Amino acid sequence: MADVNASTVPSLRAPLDLPSALRECGVVALVVFALAFALVGFRIQDVPGGLDIRYRFHEVVAITAVGFVGRFAWILLRQGRPFPVAVTALPFGVALLAMLLGPLYAPAAKLERLLIFGDVVVNWLLALFTLGFGGRAAWMIWHAASTITPEAREARMDRIGAAVQNASRYIGPLLLGLALALPFMPFADRRVLDIATLVLTYVMLGWGLNIVVGLAGLLDLGYVAFYAVGAYSYALLALHFDLGFWTCLPFAGIMAAFAGILLGFPVLRLRGDYLAIVTLGFGEMVRIILLNWYKFTKGPDGLSGIPRPTFFGLPMTANPSEGEQTFHQFFGLEYSSVDRIIFLYFLILALAMVTNLFTLRIRKLPVGRAWEALREDEIACRSLGINPRNTKLTAFAIGAMFGGFGGAFFATRQGFISPESFTFIESAIILAIVVLGGMGSQIGVVFAAILLIGLPEFFRELQQYRMLAFGAAMVTIMVWRPRGLLAHREPTIRLEDARPKSASAKSGGQSP
Amino acid sequence: MGYFIQQLINGITLGMIYGLIAIGYTMVYGIIGMINFAHGELFMIAAFISIISFLVLGLAGIGWVPVALLIVLAATMLLTSVYGWALERVAYRPLRHSPRLAALITAIGMSIFLQNYVQLLQGARLKPLQPVISGGFQFFSDGQFTVTLSYLQIIIAVLTVALMIVFTWIINRTALGRSQRACQQDLKMASLVGVNVDRTISLTFVIGASLASVAGLMFLLLYGVIDFFIGFLAGIKAFTAAVLGGIGSVPGAMLGGLLIGLIEAFWSGYFTVEYKDVAAFSILVMVLIFRPTGLLGKPDIEKV
Repeated sequence: MADVNASTVPSLRAPLDLPSALRECGVVALVVFALAFALVGFRIQDVPGGLDIRYRFHEVVAITAVGFVGRFAWILLRQGRPFPVAVTALPFGVALLAMLLGPLYAPAAKLERLLIFGDVVVNWLLALFTLGFGGRAAWMIWHAASTITPEAREARMDRIGAAVQNASRYIGPLLLGLALALPFMPFADRRVLDIATLVLTYVMLGWGLNIVVGLAGLLDLGYVAFYAVGAYSYALLALHFDLGFWTCLPFAGIMAAFAGILLGFPVLRLRGDYLAIVTLGFGEMVRIILLNWYKFTKGPDGLSGIPRPTFFGLPMTANPSEGEQTFHQFFGLEYSSVDRIIFLYFLILALAMVTNLFTLRIRKLPVGRAWEALREDEIACRSLGINPRNTKLTAFAIGAMFGGFGGAFFATRQGFISPESFTFIESAIILAIVVLGGMGSQIGVVFAAILLIGLPEFFRELQQYRMLAFGAAMVTIMVWRPRGLLAHREPTIRLEDARPKSASAKSGGQSP
Repeated sequence: MGYFIQQLINGITLGMIYGLIAIGYTMVYGIIGMINFAHGELFMIAAFISIISFLVLGLAGIGWVPVALLIVLAATMLLTSVYGWALERVAYRPLRHSPRLAALITAIGMSIFLQNYVQLLQGARLKPLQPVISGGFQFFSDGQFTVTLSYLQIIIAVLTVALMIVFTWIINRTALGRSQRACQQDLKMASLVGVNVDRTISLTFVIGASLASVAGLMFLLLYGVIDFFIGFLAGIKAFTAAVLGGIGSVPGAMLGGLLIGLIEAFWSGYFTVEYKDVAAFSILVMVLIFRPTGLLGKPDIEKV
């Protein structure tokens, strides 16, 4: 159990109070047992003509035992006794790993028979869990003591965040260079490019939402609505009026911005959580309308045959229609289906960079400053003559516009859209990217998107465990770093005078 | 007229379920000021524990409905409240002094986690349950339409009212309720005068989870079919109900739940089923625009 109690300062080598430790372990084991008993112990089976129950009590017992032992290890670590933990956990974890990996190298070895759980993934979790404890213990032994308090850890992470933030003027171009070079790398096959395109889509959406959440401090749980509006605007315009991607792109943005204003106008005077729930409701409303307005949106069937974007009028197809010149003919290249993937990749890269540049520049304009001021203190802003509603409305509309651009890109990339792609979970993922990256941090969004979107995509085989791990990762990262991975805020503007003295103030990252 | 009364009955039944879930939202919000996004999943988990209990009891041959119902009710309330307790302990307590957005993200993460946890363990297919309680009174007829009040609806109403009485008694008369109200007014001050804040918050989650668990059981009995995704929509509706009634106010949550249930029932009865959620949300927006603190909420004065 990930029990992070901030108040436990490790006391060095206090004598171990075995009865109370065992009691604590017992309580944890009891809780774990109660959690696992019903849902793990009994599995509903679909059988013809109804439901049946299968019993898996051995797993409940095993999970309870893991809870007990794990808590004991936790107590030992907490009290600064890493040695027994390392001695037990490391060999055990390595043995588990060997059992899991063994069949890969020696098919004859039936080591996996020894594993407790029938489920490979559960065994993996157990192995990683054990190795985590062992590794932590080994780390503590290496550093001779567990003197690192949670506060010190926080401060260290803050310093890393600050360093990354300060170095972002180098990291940014470096990442951009890497992104530009990626399609020409030898390992960049179709799959890698697809994943990269997906990650960039979320980076762009994250940057768009960052304007609303990170800069203006408005909690928007329905961002996917604008994404949907953009996608459907493009798809419907293209299908009904035969317009191309580049003509429709501004329209998709405008429509989404309009939707943002439409929603924002009545609700933006609401406080944080009310605003969150209203935007969530709005997102669901848009989805329900898309689902049920069959004449207009084809409902659950979705819209298909959405045209692909062209390269300045040159289509990216193998067989052009009459009188058309394709991309590969124009440049005298051999036709390759990867070209289109690369083109889409560069397209989203360009869109994302536009979003980023826009955000970086608008922060320096009066309206951008007003957003950040509004986030910090609405009442102070009001008394300084800033109109909170109009200022918020611009943030909302601009954020929505970028969502709309993202949506248009999504539609053109997929060639098919249906309301299923615009569920709440998408909003949650985009918001998670913004918050996990560290609110308002542009580079944090990139890291969070790679972490949350890119990594799981490489584990497509574990598809069914993907969202489970995603949820767990969200919780773990937030518990570990409540202000986001790269949370570090520099004052946007500083009085010239204060600059030489600000070195000490710089290191203390201010929390929102 | 008959049709109207039937919709009224259906709406009240549904509204009671929403109300029971909404109380959990409103209590947690009242004390620690966070949207417990995973509360809807507790409701879903409760529905699953109920269906498992019914199936196990069925296999064990305990078929007498009152006994079976009581056992299932007890098991569900007990096991779901452990989930509520663990949720707070693992995911929310470490974040109590963090920015509110962090807690919200954790809650959303927990919600995703629990949904997928149940889906992995119990499968993604719809789980149908044979009706446990059937039949009812046909107590009113206006010639075209016969109004039916099913036994199940009566049980739901009686159970909800009983729970509300017990719950009101706990809040108003017991030491726990007193410390709970103290925490709601001022967390720091309450801890200064000796209220065990951690314990109170834990118990708030336990109470919220057990009320949601009864709602989950009722939902299972009423609709007879559940899947791992029911918690999301029910959770949003219940939260809407809590906001509608004025978040932080327990009677408001029940009132909001009843209103949402009635809106849904009448909208699906007289207009379209498809847009019933849109109707509920639109009402929410209207209420928030014209009465931002909800129906029974206290005005929130910000001091500078």
